[in-house]
Amino acid sequence: MGNHVFRPLFVVIGIIILILIARSFYVPHDFGVHERGYMYGWYREGNIEDWKKVQVKYQGRDYCKDCHSDKYESIMRSPHAIIQCENCHGPAVDHPANPPKLTIDRSRQLCLRCHYPLPYPTSGRAKIRGIDPDRHNRDFECSTCHNPHKPNLSIR
Amino acid sequence: MITRRELLKYAVGVAGLAAPLTALEMINPKKLLAGKSGPSKVRWVFLVDTYKCVGCGLCVKACKNENEIPYDANVTRTWVERYVLTKDGKLFADTPKGARDGFTTNKIDLGLGKYQDIKKEDIRKAFFVPKLCNQCENPPCVQVCPVGATYQAPDGVVLVDRTWCIGCGYCIMACPYGARFFHPKYHTAEKCNFCYHRISKGMQTACVEACPFGARRIGNIKDPNDPVARIIMTERVGILKSEYGTKPQVYYIGLDEEVR
Repeated sequence: MGNHVFRPLFVVIGIIILILIARSFYVPHDFGVHERGYMYGWYREGNIEDWKKVQVKYQGRDYCKDCHSDKYESIMRSPHAIIQCENCHGPAVDHPANPPKLTIDRSRQLCLRCHYPLPYPTSGRAKIRGIDPDRHNRDFECSTCHNPHKPNLSIR
Repeated sequence: MITRRELLKYAVGVAGLAAPLTALEMINPKKLLAGKSGPSKVRWVFLVDTYKCVGCGLCVKACKNENEIPYDANVTRTWVERYVLTKDGKLFADTPKGARDGFTTNKIDLGLGKYQDIKKEDIRKAFFVPKLCNQCENPPCVQVCPVGATYQAPDGVVLVDRTWCIGCGYCIMACPYGARFFHPKYHTAEKCNFCYHRISKGMQTACVEACPFGARRIGNIKDPNDPVARIIMTERVGILKSEYGTKPQVYYIGLDEEVR
């Protein structure tokens, strides 16, 4: 075999070596085969920590109960006790630092999520009392008459 | 007859060819087999009770806010499906906007702006089925990823590395449950990850916390005292599309054959 074979061969080998050197810099060192093997566990390990760092937005009712104890106690005595504060008041995130004020959803659509009557026999929905939104005091927010923390007309 | 000069020439050639190969990472068969069962003490699983679900969609709303999925884009990590079976054997199913705003009408969304009104007396069965990523034991979405951007964490949750995903969409096509989509902002594959930032801190997922009726629960199947694990081990639960062999880890109470 003459030089016309080896010369391009050396060029190709050189290119491969360059690519491998570049790869060793570009691919993170924690990238590789992990616990679940090559098929399911071939990844960059640092990504697990990246996902853990995502900010929590919904803090749960225990976050609200110390400062807003009056509201907390009133709703916990009502049938609405099963509903989290943030489902209507919006995610707390770092309240009161950020956001200083939460945006309350007072729309009829929010109440209708449960209180639009759907007569579905094999679902819990059929057991919830509902209203016909086209006939029942149209154009009024439900909270005009019903206090969502004490959803009983005689109280408000 | 080979001369000494020629032999040396060939030897140098072979060595030169082999040099770059040694730089390639050789896959160790022991490493491949390792962790088939896994030493992790946690395996996250999900339990959905379809009898309890009323279709309020508060889980979808909480999920979209918690996981920063653009609220008005028609994509969501979790969604709720409505199934209505009539007495004449017809099946209707819909999930308008993934049930982000719940189900506030008895008209079934047939798509293309068409709606079907069904009378109460015509209904044989009707119920809601919350859906989310099944965090399969054999995730087909992970197998097809050409770059190692999606993977199964040691605790069983399938995650997507947004810095590594090239947006080819193979995983979106591979998922038999339609649980994946493109994130409208990052343009990478997106899916439910059981609120990884919350469960790793000992919190509940956003959807579990938002559900007023206890229709959704998350637990650790490797802990025999976990209440969710106990239900899955001792009671009658179903999974979706078992025929695919993906071993989904979201278990359902009250599943019907119509649910796909």
